[in-house]
Amino acid sequence: MNGVHDMGGMAGLGPLAPEAGEPVFHHRWEGRVLAMTIASPTRSNIDAGRHQRELIPGPDYLAMTYYEKWFRSLSELVFKHGLATPEEIARGRAAPGFEAATPHLQAAQVETMFATPGGYRREVAAAPAFKPGDAVRGRNLNPPGHTRLPRYARGRTGEVIAWHGAHVFPDSHAHGLGEDPRHLYTVRFAACELWGEAADPRDSVSLDLWEPYLEPA
Amino acid sequence: MAHDHHDDHDHHHDHEPGQHPPSDMELRVKALESLLVEKGLVDPAALDAIVDHFEHRVGPRNGARVVARAWTDPAYHARLMADATAAIGELGYDSRQGDHMRAVENTPGVHNMVVCTLCSCYPWPVLGLPPVWYKSNAYRSRAVIDPRGVLAEFGVTLPSGTEVRVWDSTAELRYLVIPERPAGTEGLGEDALAALVTRNGMIGTARL
Repeated sequence: MNGVHDMGGMAGLGPLAPEAGEPVFHHRWEGRVLAMTIASPTRSNIDAGRHQRELIPGPDYLAMTYYEKWFRSLSELVFKHGLATPEEIARGRAAPGFEAATPHLQAAQVETMFATPGGYRREVAAAPAFKPGDAVRGRNLNPPGHTRLPRYARGRTGEVIAWHGAHVFPDSHAHGLGEDPRHLYTVRFAACELWGEAADPRDSVSLDLWEPYLEPA
Repeated sequence: MAHDHHDDHDHHHDHEPGQHPPSDMELRVKALESLLVEKGLVDPAALDAIVDHFEHRVGPRNGARVVARAWTDPAYHARLMADATAAIGELGYDSRQGDHMRAVENTPGVHNMVVCTLCSCYPWPVLGLPPVWYKSNAYRSRAVIDPRGVLAEFGVTLPSGTEVRVWDSTAELRYLVIPERPAGTEGLGEDALAALVTRNGMIGTARL
């Protein structure tokens, strides 16, 4: 979706403001939001989680802090998964008559969970359409749902510099359409191709792009 | 889902991203945690363990160890550049959010810089959680179109003729910048070298 989250190349979005000696969390609640997001049964699909944050209305998205966005999307996902109603979430108490579940992630399992390789590469029968050295163009796609093809690369020509096998395809996975693995490539675009002649001719931006985002150039 | 329980956020609009949010967040988050615990959906001790993991077990010290090893061990350097996921795994670091790692190396003519324009993708196992500036609208929007301006704001001046390569983390690959080894460090061992490696150096917004 062409949301405000797709902000590569925009201007006027505030100061960089790096903070010296920054703590991991600025408030205790930030750590709890991150931990709940990881431990909750809604965690199973990272692409759906990203898309939920993209669905935050643009004016709110731009004004909220990072963990405010995570809290909003976690609340929405808990509701979407049928785990609680908005009233229960606001009150912090379950409505009478529920049956308590068993948490699927116990404290003793946390370090194992972090150490266990996941990975998004999948084997597919289809041969890759492109190889390193090929010229490719970002397709002019404007899907209403989730995509990882930024607007700034659409219609622009670059060079494949790496092939990574097939990876889970977010445009399908985020919408409950299965993993639908597609070949993934790193594509290097000259800065001048993306931003015009004012860019430094030496510079480049590389993106990791799935095959359906690309066409031969 | 209706947004009726979020209608108290108008006061968010008068502060810049990165500033401290209003204290009612503490209450709302506590309410959600109480609910999820009551329903048996999360184990509060597991939440404690996850917070502890990010506060104490992962962080840029892990990445610094990878860089120092690459500087001192040519065979490790070669493995890191060929298969960063496996080479980082050799040092025992976690894989979550680092399942597909790629190392990109600064050289006298090339400077690398990493961003995630679409969200906040970052190599947790080697760098921990990202700083607020990395997740900011400002960095996400500007890093790809004006990397040299961003670098200047971080106080980085590149030698003339340097090529800047920006890596936008749009998939599940995670990038680690291998900074140039500072001059005059020939006699230092791996521990002393690791102490010189900064988080921003491994994102590409600092030079060592």
